[in-house]
Amino acid sequence: MDDEAPVIYGLEFQARALSAQTAETDKIRFLVGTQSLRAENQIHHIDFDDENNIINKNVYIHREGEIWDISASTMDSNLLATCYNKTTESKTEMRGAVWKLPSDYDSTQVEDHSSHQSLQLVCHLDDTEYGDMKSVLWHPTGDSSSLIGLSDNHILLWDLDSSSSTAKLTASAELESKGQPKMTCGRWNPHHNSQQVATANDTAIRGWDIRSMQQVYVIENAHGQLVRDVDFNPNKQYYLASCGDDCKVKFWDTRNPTEPLKVLAEHSHWVWAVRYNHFHDQLVLSSSSDSRVILNNIVSLSSEPFGHLVENDDDSDEDQQVQNRSTEAPKDGVIATYEEHEDSVYAVDWSSADPWVFASLSYDGRLVINRVPRAEKYKILL
Amino acid sequence: MADEDQQQGNKAKRHGMLKMYYGIEEDQDGGASLDPCDINGAHFKADTYLARLIKEKTLTELMDEESKTLTQIKALDSDMQTLVYENYNKFISATDTIRKMKNDFRKMEDEMDHLATNMSSITEFSANISCTLQDRRQQITKLAGVHSLLKKLQFLFELPARLKKCIEMQAYSQAVRYYSKAKRILHQYQHMPSFKGISEDCNKIIQELCQLLRQQFKNKESTPKQLAECVDLLLQLGEPAEVLCEEFLSHARQKIDEEDLKVLDRQICLQRGEEIKMEGESPAQAYLGTTPMDVLEFVDSGCNGFLSNICLVIAFYNDTFLNKHQEDDNTDAMALKKLVHFVNELMEKYFNFVQRRVQLEKETGDNTILVRSLDRFHRRLQAMNKLLPDTDFSRAGTEIVSRAAKDRVGYYLQTLKQNFADCLTDIRQNLAAPRLVGKQDSSAQLSDLLHSTQSTILEQIKSVLGNLQAFTASDITFAMKPYFRGPFCTQDVREGLIVGFLNHINSVCEEFCEGTGDRGSVPPALLLILSRLCLDFEGSTISYLLTLTEEQFLLEENLSHSLTPVSDLCTKAKNTAQRLLNHYVKVQGLSISQMLRKSVETRDWLNTIEPRNVRAVMKRVIEDITAIDMQVGQLYEEGCRKERSSDSSRRTHPHSYSVSQNKKPGQWNYAPSIDNSLMSNIQKLFSEKIEIFSTVEFSKVSVLTGIVKISLKTFMECVRLRTFGRYGLQQIQVDTNYLQLYLWRFVSDENLVQVLLDEIVGSTVHRCLDAVLMEQSVIDLICERG
Repeated sequence: MDDEAPVIYGLEFQARALSAQTAETDKIRFLVGTQSLRAENQIHHIDFDDENNIINKNVYIHREGEIWDISASTMDSNLLATCYNKTTESKTEMRGAVWKLPSDYDSTQVEDHSSHQSLQLVCHLDDTEYGDMKSVLWHPTGDSSSLIGLSDNHILLWDLDSSSSTAKLTASAELESKGQPKMTCGRWNPHHNSQQVATANDTAIRGWDIRSMQQVYVIENAHGQLVRDVDFNPNKQYYLASCGDDCKVKFWDTRNPTEPLKVLAEHSHWVWAVRYNHFHDQLVLSSSSDSRVILNNIVSLSSEPFGHLVENDDDSDEDQQVQNRSTEAPKDGVIATYEEHEDSVYAVDWSSADPWVFASLSYDGRLVINRVPRAEKYKILL
Repeated sequence: MADEDQQQGNKAKRHGMLKMYYGIEEDQDGGASLDPCDINGAHFKADTYLARLIKEKTLTELMDEESKTLTQIKALDSDMQTLVYENYNKFISATDTIRKMKNDFRKMEDEMDHLATNMSSITEFSANISCTLQDRRQQITKLAGVHSLLKKLQFLFELPARLKKCIEMQAYSQAVRYYSKAKRILHQYQHMPSFKGISEDCNKIIQELCQLLRQQFKNKESTPKQLAECVDLLLQLGEPAEVLCEEFLSHARQKIDEEDLKVLDRQICLQRGEEIKMEGESPAQAYLGTTPMDVLEFVDSGCNGFLSNICLVIAFYNDTFLNKHQEDDNTDAMALKKLVHFVNELMEKYFNFVQRRVQLEKETGDNTILVRSLDRFHRRLQAMNKLLPDTDFSRAGTEIVSRAAKDRVGYYLQTLKQNFADCLTDIRQNLAAPRLVGKQDSSAQLSDLLHSTQSTILEQIKSVLGNLQAFTASDITFAMKPYFRGPFCTQDVREGLIVGFLNHINSVCEEFCEGTGDRGSVPPALLLILSRLCLDFEGSTISYLLTLTEEQFLLEENLSHSLTPVSDLCTKAKNTAQRLLNHYVKVQGLSISQMLRKSVETRDWLNTIEPRNVRAVMKRVIEDITAIDMQVGQLYEEGCRKERSSDSSRRTHPHSYSVSQNKKPGQWNYAPSIDNSLMSNIQKLFSEKIEIFSTVEFSKVSVLTGIVKISLKTFMECVRLRTFGRYGLQQIQVDTNYLQLYLWRFVSDENLVQVLLDEIVGSTVHRCLDAVLMEQSVIDLICERG
């Protein structure tokens, strides 16, 4: 059996929301939200059986509307938040809500479309005065039960009390700038005791301190056009990756907002998502509306610029390592380009359980689960 | 029996001797001689033979044998008799001769005795005579000795006076000759007081003479001939050759340093514009020293002053020091070494000056004077080489010449680069200026701009090549030297200048493509012009230029392996052209997409009114694309397009969504959505994947296709982010239909536009709450009106 072959899973609807089930660290699980204006929307809970290369799924009904963004809780694997589009005849509203998966994963569930269970609503994150909710962020380490919502031009900090199923708005900050700034995406910085958030609006990336709810840094003109996504390096505290409509992926040191550390221009259309691997931060995924997913090796900006420098107890392995390292110094570059999609790929995410597995989702509802090529994997491990 | 044996042995011996005498070869019967029965053999034994005969033969045979033997014996006897008789006469005459000889010898003996007595008497007489003459002879020889000694002594006593007289008469050579004659004797008899006086006197005088000579030697005004004499005499006087060489050379150096090199130095200072102090000099010198000479004059003065002087010195040195001491190899070698050292040092200084002066000659455009002066310089150096065979100044000289040539090439390259930068500025200004007047005008000038730029560049290169040709003219000596000509033509002119300049153009162009952030202000038209320029370079200009260079500089074909091949340059130029064009497409595409994006994002698509018009943005888009089309059309050919089967099909819309729409009007629900995506997926399966920001070809159609693709893809992505109401969808329908009406003519494959527009409408349908499509006829009507 060829382990390298991608596994493809088709959804019936358009979809652009994808998230790994972050709190689940044993099994490779992903959450996908569909986007359909007319049909009832679903959340597909995907389980990937790595050994047998099989995908199992649970489908839950998401009654509120089409899902634009999904994020799994970092503290409770059954919790997730969605940003959905509530449409009426004359207007559309983007709202956020926290949901609970009704049952633990049940692989024996009968394949029966009529019996899809509904998600259990925990609470709405409503505060309509702040406008459309773009994205919901969970506290990156799961230590506290706070949530951040990005509305049009506000950052809203919520405190979730899951026992009583309420969420309380504790703080908010407003983005003030020329015109009507709308935030496109955001990312909670896992470093500095999780007290910083980065948001993007138009071509700028801004950093916020959530204690004071003040802007702390800004990267003006981070991209030639709209910034589509940002992600923090999980191991290096000031390092940030961003992508946007200028078809580029850029790497920044937030202490120096004037110049990027590195620019990748591998995609031939807008780049919609960029993701660091949680374990090996030299692995960076990017997905684009040229329907490609590219796996980059950015070893020069990673926490292991000279290869894997952990002390190894196994002596025999160590000798080999030394040899490998001396023969070829790791270089930046594209590891692989995945072309399984036929429509724009709006989302990509690493599995939270297996550092070598990732999923990508294209607009036509095709979910592709891929693995890091084995050669690259061994190069990093050995 | 024993006697018989001995007799037989004797007989055999005699036999052998006889045989020897008659030359019978014994070994002929040697093989048979062992046989005792062979009657002619040496070992013949009569008894055995007889016994065998009797045993083997019959009676009659025996009888025959007997008679045969008898006749043979008889024949042998008679033979022997004749032999004895013949030799008898010879013996008799021999005896007679010997007797006669005996008589003659006796007479001779007597005469010899007589002779011996005569000889002894003669000896006696001569002894007597010599005895009597002995005394007188001794006296005479003594007298002769004394006479010569006295003569010598007289010479010695007179020597100081003579020397003085000679010195007074300035007949130095005479003096030296006298002194060298007497020197040894004086030295030998130094212990005698009288001689000592003379010797001291002489030495004093000679020392005076030495002083005089040295003075003359050191005198600046003394002629070379005088100098030569001085040196010669001083050498004869036993002055050490080494010291003399040294003194001579230092003298010469001082002279050359002061006179010739100073002039050169001052010239360089003048050329640099530095002030120099005037020293007390003759007016002519002062004039010469204050007016800057051009390089030709400079080299001339160098040749006439410095080089000719140094030649004189060398020639003279050769005569005095080198050619005279052949008997002493050591001195010779030492002297030569000194000379070489001296010459090298001075030449180094001189080269240094020339080099500096030539480097100062940077700013002028004309080469002829420089080349002529370099030629003169080179020629003179070759003449030098003949004088001093061991050293090779022409190599160093050629180095200076090549360096000068290289400097010129570098200077020209700089000029070319500057010129190219000016061209770019010109284009920018031209592009910026008429924009105020009107867009049409600006695009009309693109081809003119291209041509003028191209011709300026070409002319510049040609004129530079023409100027550089002066270095290889046939009347220039160094131009013919292979070690100058080869590197100059290939490395400097071809590689350094032409290839270097082409690479420079490439890198400048590439910079335009890369620095989007810093050089965001690059006008797209400039990109387009440069792209075309590079393409033209690839097509013809590069090969033309290189052929021109090769012709003008007579490059040899066999050297070409070390050169950058034409094909490499062409590929480079083509790549650059490609990148520029791609960048152009990207820039233009982005500007149009920006427009589209804003238009989609800022509108409330849920609550629009029923479409009456095509949105103004779409008209703007078409206008812009038309302008781009004209711009590109100025510089690039049309290019080929995929023709569709017939013109009529253009207006019909076999879109997936309209088909499904026609079947189930107004019934948008779960099922048709799948149907729709299925249809579009199937369609995608059959159509090729559309690369958005892909490489374009060098044709108008391809460029436009690229721009249109980028724009439409943006349109689609923006649409997907919005939610539409019924009229929003219909507006998009109208807009896309309008785009289709006008865009097909710009692109290579109408199908592509169709597919993209279909996808836009398809996506809009997905994003529509109330998907009711507009009638095609209404759309057509609106579009025609708009």
